[in-house]
Amino acid sequence: MNTLPQQLANGLFLGSMYGLIAIGYTMVYGIVQLINFAHGEIFMTGGFGALTVYLALPDGISMWIALPAMLIGGALVAVLIAVGAERFAYRPLRGAPRLAPLITAIGLSLALQQAVFNWYHVDGDAKSARVFPQLPFGPLHLGSVTVQSGDVFLIIAAPLCMAALAFFVRLSRTGRAMQATAQDPDTAQLMGIDTNRIIVIAFAIGGFFAAVAGVSYGLKYGSVSYDMGFLAGLKAFTAAVLGGIGNIYGAMLGGLVLGVAEAMATAYIADVPGMHQLGGGSWAPVWAFVLLILVLLFRPQGLLGERVADRA
Amino acid sequence: MTALLEVEDLRVAYGKIEAVKGISFSVEAGQVVTLIGTNGAGKTTTLRTLSGLLKPTSGRIVFDGKPLSGVPAHKIVALGLAHSPEGRHIFPRLSITENLQLGAFLRKDKEGIEKDIQRAYDLFPILGERRKQAAGTLSGGEQQMLAMGRALMSRPKLLMLDEPSMGLSPIMMQKIMATIAELKSQGTTILLVEQNAQAALSLADQGHVMEVGTVVLSGTGQDLLHDESVRKAYLGED
Repeated sequence: MNTLPQQLANGLFLGSMYGLIAIGYTMVYGIVQLINFAHGEIFMTGGFGALTVYLALPDGISMWIALPAMLIGGALVAVLIAVGAERFAYRPLRGAPRLAPLITAIGLSLALQQAVFNWYHVDGDAKSARVFPQLPFGPLHLGSVTVQSGDVFLIIAAPLCMAALAFFVRLSRTGRAMQATAQDPDTAQLMGIDTNRIIVIAFAIGGFFAAVAGVSYGLKYGSVSYDMGFLAGLKAFTAAVLGGIGNIYGAMLGGLVLGVAEAMATAYIADVPGMHQLGGGSWAPVWAFVLLILVLLFRPQGLLGERVADRA
Repeated sequence: MTALLEVEDLRVAYGKIEAVKGISFSVEAGQVVTLIGTNGAGKTTTLRTLSGLLKPTSGRIVFDGKPLSGVPAHKIVALGLAHSPEGRHIFPRLSITENLQLGAFLRKDKEGIEKDIQRAYDLFPILGERRKQAAGTLSGGEQQMLAMGRALMSRPKLLMLDEPSMGLSPIMMQKIMATIAELKSQGTTILLVEQNAQAALSLADQGHVMEVGTVVLSGTGQDLLHDESVRKAYLGED
């Protein structure tokens, strides 16, 4: 099982999930220069929204019917929370010192965690994880690589979402307006662009991608929990910085690089002489953040940081 | 006939500091009107208020018969007021063509837009030659041409130009001023803010001299050009 192609594949699956979440960080940052630290919780509510829809459906329903409904439900919840957060938490603070929206984001993050925790709390149940339904087929074997059923969803959903986003940003009128708003919001208004609307769209797209990632997480790990957004959110933020914050291609690339680095380090670092006690999954976040520190030290603009210099 | 733009007792403040302290002026259709004055006189603040980027503390702005109070910036463009901002502010990572297309963001007539892009290239051939290049790679003068071309793309009733000659070489400055003269001869209504008072007044039908937030002197371009105090203060004569 511990072959190199298998580890590479594991890293890519994990990385595309990070990348989906990272899109939300990077789009919002690109347009309003805000790090929405509640975005990890938006990912989490996406997963729980999908689970709630599943539980509301009749028992024994086929996952082929349930999954689209779960996706829509999860996306609806995540997009509403993301857009609501923008409207009621962040918009009133636009123009306030940077620290104010940051603290608001952390507060929102805790509030969402606790709200979901209480909502799904079962008396006498100390565990926070809730079982998530699985796709009705076993692992696929492609040569030496085994693909779990949950990862199959990711392999299809992540590239599809990314391609759709790239086309949207490059080719649509709204996408062009987003680019303009990201580069110069005041001047974008002078062109007749309603920048408030563009900001709402950025939050909504981020929320939708986070929901797809939330469903992926449930399918991949078999459960969702109220605190799953904390670490996943931090790692996705790392991925966004790694790729070059503000750059949507960077977010996806950063996610993949981070996922592969984590998988490789987890699998192989223990083989390095003298480092045998550093192997295993519990060290994975350490490698992710070591990578973040290295990027911030040596390439702070990220892998795909903006290339064209602005001339004054 | 009422003026295309009427500004009455306009006041604008940044926090407690009042930058524009009750100015009034008007722009008739077909005219070139210039605001001149030193740094900090409130000229740019005035333009940014007219285009809706800043909110006035009091006063009235009536454009094409409609009061602009409370109208957000992105809707003011739709009324026919275009603003080429100080410092050019082209979109650096978009191409020249994309910048021009954004200038026509609210228009739906595809063919008309194409025609107007071609007209911008006729007006500024260098932009046509480099149409696919990222705008951030252009020289300052070329960026200024792009900013003006972009502002024209909305087919404005009034074109506001803020410091179009700022930071340009003398040759480039002449080119820009010649272009403004050409636009004027085509009947474009222009509100021009300039530190280069000589050039601006030579072009202008009307001029207003601003000092620390107030209009201290108004007259025709020619009158101001020959006014002794203006010559001393702004044209560098003793």
